[in-house]
Amino acid sequence: MSAPLIQLNNVSKSYGDTRVLSNVNLTVNEGEFVAIVGYSGTGKSTFINMISGLLKPDEGTVLMNGSSITGPGPERGLVFQNYSLLPWLTVAENIALAVDEVFPQWSAAERADHVAKYVAMVKLSHAAHKFPKELSGGMRQRVSVARALAMNPKVLLLDEPLSALDALTRANLQDEIAEIWSNNKTTVVWITNDPDEAILVADRVIPLLPSAPATLGEAIPITIERPRDRRAINHDPVFKSLRSQLINTLLEAKSRTRSTASVTLTLPDILPEDLNYVNTFQFFNRHGPRRRNELKREEVEVSA
Amino acid sequence: MSQPRLNPKMLELDRLWKIYDTPKGPATIVKNFNLKLQEGEFATLIGHSGCGKSTVLMMVAGLSDLSKGNMILAGREAVGPGPDRGIVFQSPCLLPWMTAFENVMLGVNQVYFTASKTERRQLAEYYLSVVGLADAMHKKPAELSQGMRQRVGIARAFALQPKMLLLDEPFGMLDALTRYELQEVLLNLWRKNKITTLMVTHDVDEAIFLSDRVVMMTDGPEAEVGDILRIPFERPRSRKQIMEDPRYYELREHLIGFLNDRSHIRPSREPDFQPSIDMAEELSGQLLSSPV
Amino acid sequence: MHLIHRFKLDSVLLPLGGILICLLIWTAISGKSVTTIKTDDWGDKVTVTKREGVSADLPSPTETWTASKLYVTEPFAKRGELDQGILRFTWLSLKLVAQGYFIALLLGTPLGFVIGLSKKMTIALDPIIQVLRPVSPLAWLPLGMVMFSGVKLMDSSGKTTFGASDAAALFTIAICAMWPTVMNTAVGVRAVPQDYLNVAKVLKLNRWKTLWKVLVPATLPYMFTGFRLSLGIAWLVIVAVEMLTGRPGVGGFLWQQYNASSFAHIILCILTIGVVGYVLDRLMSVVEGRFKTA
Repeated sequence: MSAPLIQLNNVSKSYGDTRVLSNVNLTVNEGEFVAIVGYSGTGKSTFINMISGLLKPDEGTVLMNGSSITGPGPERGLVFQNYSLLPWLTVAENIALAVDEVFPQWSAAERADHVAKYVAMVKLSHAAHKFPKELSGGMRQRVSVARALAMNPKVLLLDEPLSALDALTRANLQDEIAEIWSNNKTTVVWITNDPDEAILVADRVIPLLPSAPATLGEAIPITIERPRDRRAINHDPVFKSLRSQLINTLLEAKSRTRSTASVTLTLPDILPEDLNYVNTFQFFNRHGPRRRNELKREEVEVSA
Repeated sequence: MSQPRLNPKMLELDRLWKIYDTPKGPATIVKNFNLKLQEGEFATLIGHSGCGKSTVLMMVAGLSDLSKGNMILAGREAVGPGPDRGIVFQSPCLLPWMTAFENVMLGVNQVYFTASKTERRQLAEYYLSVVGLADAMHKKPAELSQGMRQRVGIARAFALQPKMLLLDEPFGMLDALTRYELQEVLLNLWRKNKITTLMVTHDVDEAIFLSDRVVMMTDGPEAEVGDILRIPFERPRSRKQIMEDPRYYELREHLIGFLNDRSHIRPSREPDFQPSIDMAEELSGQLLSSPV
Repeated sequence: MHLIHRFKLDSVLLPLGGILICLLIWTAISGKSVTTIKTDDWGDKVTVTKREGVSADLPSPTETWTASKLYVTEPFAKRGELDQGILRFTWLSLKLVAQGYFIALLLGTPLGFVIGLSKKMTIALDPIIQVLRPVSPLAWLPLGMVMFSGVKLMDSSGKTTFGASDAAALFTIAICAMWPTVMNTAVGVRAVPQDYLNVAKVLKLNRWKTLWKVLVPATLPYMFTGFRLSLGIAWLVIVAVEMLTGRPGVGGFLWQQYNASSFAHIILCILTIGVVGYVLDRLMSVVEGRFKTA
């Protein structure tokens, strides 16, 4: 049996004394679309940076095709939230930069064809000679995806690719990337903070549980047929149950991280003054604020 | 179904217009907008961006002038902004040179100026603790996460015990999961206070989870009320329960359907407009007078 | 770890290298005393000392040091009105700058607020400011002399403690240094986010509270940028002012030494002015940075 494409074994990572990730185990097979869902600031980027080779794990191993990952490489295409396009290059030039780097043995014509193919794949042929600043956020992110795919990576790593976009653009791009994936079946690891997005695009959704340190929860296989229609899916009982299962898992994990203590706080029974009528005599006739005449003392759960 | 009390009315918006002067002539953003809110009701305005829902909210807040029409707040004509309408903006608008506590105290000192200093401090501490900032209240906004800053914004609004709460896409800048958490925080406070609330959002799930009534606005400019949906879930609500309720996906579908397919239909211009059951009920009950 | 270590070393070595190169160039172009023994027309041997070089009269670094040693090693000595230790001169200059700068801030900040808050005031005052701003201190000083010609404060012994030239000096420093403060404060006030003003409006803060709780704190970072630039200008102006009035101070000393053809001391003065200006700017930057993060 061949080794899985990507394998993480008991991976842990700390920054200084703070352990961010602990005991992460993940196996991604060739052609799989995996989504990792987690809260902001719980180590999602750390996680993907270890697969990309930008970070080294403190403990455990990160393997690709059975051998250890030592640094970033073109077989792992990365797409970031902030597009990271070079502003002085056009769309085609941005993609060509990556293609020239990875396929130096090709002829110029071959490379140009290759660039054009990927520009067309993300439906930007009409804008191939525009500069990033002339494009909308959604279009920029498509360029970024095209650039990553044009390097023919074995796996595409997407780090919250759509978080900076508005809801409508986000929905369109989700559908588009899912479609591109259906056509060329590159392995994808997609990091997101949106449970709906994860269920819509992935074969398998893994919650990143925000315990301290964070770790991966149990994978939820998404069996819904592709292509998935975001409207029709609403009526799908499978979708509904998967959605509530995922959201509840994450919310419960978060509430477990809060070690709460009960504190008794006093809520004074004072009422606000009406500042529209400040210059009247009512303030001189009484001393102090109006009161509700029920001093409340309340037990409040506060995080300890 | 939580039947809102029919009287007294907390807010009446009567034929509200907003016209901006532009170099190309006047632009009508909001046209003939009517809305009545019962005391203790949580209503939501939903619509596409640019439909003028935030403009309506800013007019209620007094931060934007009415071009035409009347606004009655708790039986009185409301002119200009004031602390009787607490606002939570999309970005929490905290003053960055003050700690979370000082930000809340700024308002508290203002509206409780007759109270003792101890009581004012207790009040601010209480609300900051309830929103989960007991140990972070003396930090500056820059040291807080986006979600925590919005918690301060919520505490600041509730601490003033306003007659009305106005929420302008309060969780729009947060990621989906943090948004869920903050919705719980908001609902938890709202359950204790039952302040009449008008919220603007474009998040369908948020509207269903929080509100009693969702008012859908047609596309701008010249936006008007396109549909109304009552949310029948009992309070207190739990997200888990709601998500397992079969009615939840019906309501969700209704709202998504409006936003995707019907938001361009203006009732006042369609002779054979068929209002939904909830909208028809409100029209007949004079809760919402149809545009003249 | 390795990177940090190297970075620290670089930040010391590289500037030292830069200084060294400068010194070499200076040495190369400066004049040297060349002593030759010649036989004159009468057949006597005479020694002739002549300076030669690209810039014959420019003293070399070593000559500069030898000539200036006394002023640097005894920085607080006072041998005469215009013959004092270099730090003593600096102190005199700084005192004058501080006074003028203080006046500049006192006038400039409120003026900036007024302009920033009112569109009408902006339109009314902008042309005046734009015209006055580029006027050189050399032009203001004579006007100051005329304006304050009657000023004469004397102590009990009849010695003038504050005369027309003092008033003119302060006037010149203040009027030259205040513009960056005015402009930056105005920009800062205009840049206060509407969000903050909305907070003030919703809470019905009165004008006074809005000013002190919202406007001033929100404008502080801009104000301090203005203060820093103003201080830089005040320090530039001081040299010109001292030169023209002949007051004791770094600038006055410089002018006197030029007239006395003591060129090494000019270089000493220039270096002192540069270093003091740099230190002042760094200090203000630290203060400014404090307010930026707040």
